[in-house]
Amino acid sequence: MDNPILSYLWLVPVLPLVSAAIIAVCPQPCRRLAATLTIGSMIASFFVALAAFLTVLGVGGSAGGHGGGEVFRGFFNFEWFRFGGEALRLGLLLDPLTAAMLVMVTFVGSLICIFSVGYMSHDKNFTRFFGFLSLFSAAMLGLVIANSLLLLFMCWELVGLASYLLIGFWYHKPSAVVAAQKAFITTRIGDLGFFLGMVWLSSEAGTLLFYDGGNGLLEQSALTKMATGLTVGGMAVSTVISLLLFCGAAGKSGQFPLHVWLPDAMEGPTPVSALIHAATMVAAGVFLVARVYPLFSVVVGPETVSAALQVVAWTGAFTAVFAACIAVAQNDIKRILAYSTVSQLGYMMLCLGVGGLAGAIFHLIAHAFFKALLFLGAGSVIHGCHEEQDIRRMGDLRHRMPVTFVVYGIGMMALSGFPFFFSGFWSKEEILHWTHGWPVSQVPFYMALGGAFLTAFYMTRQMFFVFFGKKHSKEAAGAHESPAVMTVPLALLAAGAVLLSLVATPAWPWFHHFIEGGETHFDFSVFFVFGNLALMGASILVVGAGVGIGWFLYGRKDLPEAVADPLDRAAHPVFQVLQNRFYVDEFYAATVFRVLRGAAEVAAFFDRFVWGGIVLFARGVARFFSVFADVYDRHLFNDGFDSGCEAFRDSGGFLSRLQNGKIQSYLGVAGAGVVLLILIIAWI
Amino acid sequence: MIAWTFLSAFAGAFLLLLLPGRCHGLARVVALVSALAGLAVAVVVAFQYDQRPGAQAYQFMVLKEWVPSLGIDFSIGADGISVLMLLLTGIIAVTGVLFSWNIGQEPKRFFALFLVIIGGAYGVFLSLDLFLFLVFYEVVILPKYLLIAGWGSTNREYGAMKLTLYSIVGSALVLVAVMATYVVSGIGSFSIFELGSLPYSKGFQMWAFPVMFLGFGVLAGLWPFHTWAPTGHVAAPTAASMLLAGVVMKLGAYGALRVAMPFFPYGLEQWRFFFGALAAVGILYGALVALAQKDLKFVIGYSSISHMGFVMLGLVTLSAVGITGAVLQMFSHGIIAALLFAVVGRMIYERTHTRELAVLARLGLGKALPFAAVTFVLACAASMGLPGFSGFVAEVTVLLGAWVAMPSLLWVVVPGIVLTVAFTLKALQLSFFGKDKAGEGGQAREEVHLYEPITMPEKIAAVLLLATTVCMGLMPTPFLNLVVASFQGDLMRSLLR
Repeated sequence: MDNPILSYLWLVPVLPLVSAAIIAVCPQPCRRLAATLTIGSMIASFFVALAAFLTVLGVGGSAGGHGGGEVFRGFFNFEWFRFGGEALRLGLLLDPLTAAMLVMVTFVGSLICIFSVGYMSHDKNFTRFFGFLSLFSAAMLGLVIANSLLLLFMCWELVGLASYLLIGFWYHKPSAVVAAQKAFITTRIGDLGFFLGMVWLSSEAGTLLFYDGGNGLLEQSALTKMATGLTVGGMAVSTVISLLLFCGAAGKSGQFPLHVWLPDAMEGPTPVSALIHAATMVAAGVFLVARVYPLFSVVVGPETVSAALQVVAWTGAFTAVFAACIAVAQNDIKRILAYSTVSQLGYMMLCLGVGGLAGAIFHLIAHAFFKALLFLGAGSVIHGCHEEQDIRRMGDLRHRMPVTFVVYGIGMMALSGFPFFFSGFWSKEEILHWTHGWPVSQVPFYMALGGAFLTAFYMTRQMFFVFFGKKHSKEAAGAHESPAVMTVPLALLAAGAVLLSLVATPAWPWFHHFIEGGETHFDFSVFFVFGNLALMGASILVVGAGVGIGWFLYGRKDLPEAVADPLDRAAHPVFQVLQNRFYVDEFYAATVFRVLRGAAEVAAFFDRFVWGGIVLFARGVARFFSVFADVYDRHLFNDGFDSGCEAFRDSGGFLSRLQNGKIQSYLGVAGAGVVLLILIIAWI
Repeated sequence: MIAWTFLSAFAGAFLLLLLPGRCHGLARVVALVSALAGLAVAVVVAFQYDQRPGAQAYQFMVLKEWVPSLGIDFSIGADGISVLMLLLTGIIAVTGVLFSWNIGQEPKRFFALFLVIIGGAYGVFLSLDLFLFLVFYEVVILPKYLLIAGWGSTNREYGAMKLTLYSIVGSALVLVAVMATYVVSGIGSFSIFELGSLPYSKGFQMWAFPVMFLGFGVLAGLWPFHTWAPTGHVAAPTAASMLLAGVVMKLGAYGALRVAMPFFPYGLEQWRFFFGALAAVGILYGALVALAQKDLKFVIGYSSISHMGFVMLGLVTLSAVGITGAVLQMFSHGIIAALLFAVVGRMIYERTHTRELAVLARLGLGKALPFAAVTFVLACAASMGLPGFSGFVAEVTVLLGAWVAMPSLLWVVVPGIVLTVAFTLKALQLSFFGKDKAGEGGQAREEVHLYEPITMPEKIAAVLLLATTVCMGLMPTPFLNLVVASFQGDLMRSLLR
């Protein structure tokens, strides 16, 4: 499968990397240059990615044509370093999954970079910001095209670093600094699982390349070996490795219980939230599971569903509902979106867990569009309202920010899954379809439905607070529409969020076949198959209920800031728990951090007093003996020696100058003597 | 030719002592030239070293009789591992001099002592005769004491005393074991090759190995014999901290690898899990203690303990991968620790006169010293083992080796890695990016502390160190090749299981 595009694929991550490197050496005032470089490199990468996508499309179509259901898969492996006889190889991979992700990341990334020009225009660290964005894009694109778990891991760490730098970008805000550290450390905890899994995998499979002409770890021979090998507790090796990798994925993708960092990460500038913490990086965990999907799904013997996938499904389902519940009771516009992101990532994991690879990826891409749209819309709102983020202090913005209102509305409808014209509806449809057909349990299906209801509800609540009602503060009253550099990317994203719905309807499941192989026929009648109709009906029903109740509680009359939330009035204790995010952060603070701090203090105390005490004790003992020795020495040997020295010193003027009473001087001469000795020896 | 490494250092030291007392400028030039000469020799040696399969592992050998009656020779030579250590020593020597460029108090003696340590370290890395090895090993110890006691800062006498006491105990253990080996062998030779190829009785190995390994381990900061290191590092002047963490700790690991391990295969087999466990605990423990520190230099000091744990862990894996990782980590940690100490000791402490994290957090150093801030961010990233820096390559390799050899220990090591991130980020944030009093963007901030800007020698040295760690992080092949070529030697090959 040699294809010319493979030899250009490396350009995709390298272009932003070069731009990052140039910006790194640019002085701060080069604002225009930095923005041009970043946006230019992203757009250039987008075109290369598009070419790659079209290649995959062309070849994949013809492969599907002769009935194999094959997908295009090209890779290009190269040697990183050689270790004795063995070479450690990394590689680049192009398959439908990569192609779709590349196009999405470069497209959304370009738009967000353009948006940032407007959003960050007043920031004096503008240049640095674009440098970090370039660095992030390079690492993210590298992650997507990696054909080696090691390369993927390296890029994975680098996106984490870029995320740390960007969350803490406004480091004069203490909350931003804390959030940045929390993000880095929490994801790093997950990464350790990833790392252990990777090390284990390399010792089991003997390689970290995904595909290598039959020898890669995702190819049959290695998979069979790992699925049949057993380890502690009778679990297959493949299961344990998958679960370890899933720890990393859960950390990056904010799955419970490692979700705590993601909402705090909203302390970063809003374009960062849109790019990193909604569209791309947080989806990397989902991408990882999708990438090594053969490993997760491999089973032997009587089982039909692998244990690893079950864990993925349950974690995803729980996170989806859990985070949606929290989102209901938040008042910060970005935090609501952040919990919504966590919840949607849960949906993706759920879909992967129940076997819907293509569905999960479609949801990932659709989500990237509409969530980036929502975040940028929120950024536009925040920018217009002079950095106000509390939705209770907004209101009536639809008149003052009409463009933002329209595109935000589109994003909201896509996220809530309004029927027929929004990508979110069809992606949710596919998730429900797969969960419904899961042989293990029906519970996740009902959880997914519940989550859909909550999603529609909290988004409706947010819409009414922000865009309807009366103006609740002078910030809201003074709001202004954002400049074109910000609204045009919004419009493009909105178009994407709508148009994507064309490629994944049950009637024309083109995307599904693009990812998983197979031929696509247009078949309108699929809509009317009873199962599909019933699912669609159920989904429309819950969305309708969510929006309806949202309107009933928040839309009928204006709610001033001082008035308590209707839900709070109805069920105060429950609302409190939700508002405080189920006290997970408090729980960690009381347990993990306290234990850690205690352990650190104990260890430090130990080091200082116990180990240090031993030294002091030894010194004491030595001193004790030295007192005897001293007395002995002074009276027996020293007197005689001293007088001898005296005579000796008087004898030479040069020597007496050296004897200046400083210990360093004596020892210096002694050292020089040793040196001379060695020199002499070396000469002989 | 390789003798010129330590000869140039010793000659420089000798010359410095002969200089008249007032020539401060000349003194540092002499020191720099001497350090550069050593580095140049190391670089040339690295390029000339024949790595082809089938080539001799030890090259550039020099053999002269010294004390024939006792079988002591002046015997030196270098294999790939030695070459890598020579490079490390050379780089630390040059950057150490550059970071001490402004030293006010008796630069002449300071540099002389510094160069004596450097020369001793070169000698240790080159010795093929055990007696010569010990001579150089001892040459390193005394000047350390003088450097710290004479030019140090916080609690310097205590730090110097503790460090010297530990070092001497360590080298005494080594000495005992070496002498015992010499006597037991009965061949009347100190040649490492000859002594290393003899089969010693199991009973002898059972006690000689741990004694010798511990002796070396003390210098390598092996837990729980590490406590000299943080106190010593903190008390030491910048160049000495760089040297201690960068080179001297490596002497211990090098000795363990070159002498203790190949001499006593049976003892090694019996004791290796024990020492591996100590190393693993050290990784976790060092990180934990670092987290609790309030003094920035102590944070770096304890991080060294944690990182040196990787070296010792890699050594006892007894696999080509693990040992290679250990050697790479020796090099990588040498560079990174030197850089961290330079930033903390020279760039921060000498300008602000404080290392308290709580105080630094209020100074807004990120704005006042942007070069130092960027350097520290990169150094911290390297120290956390992020990809693209040498630490990643080295630690991954060690862990790959450890996974095969002693997987259970990884569960101790892995939390240590998370804690490393935690304390590094904490230190990074508090030292440079603390809460700005003026708040919002700092525009309103008028009373920016005026510190002396970062000088050219500092910049050159920092860039040299950063370039080295990035170079190894992106292109590990030349470094790996050097280590792998060493496995062609009999002693190194005998280690592999």
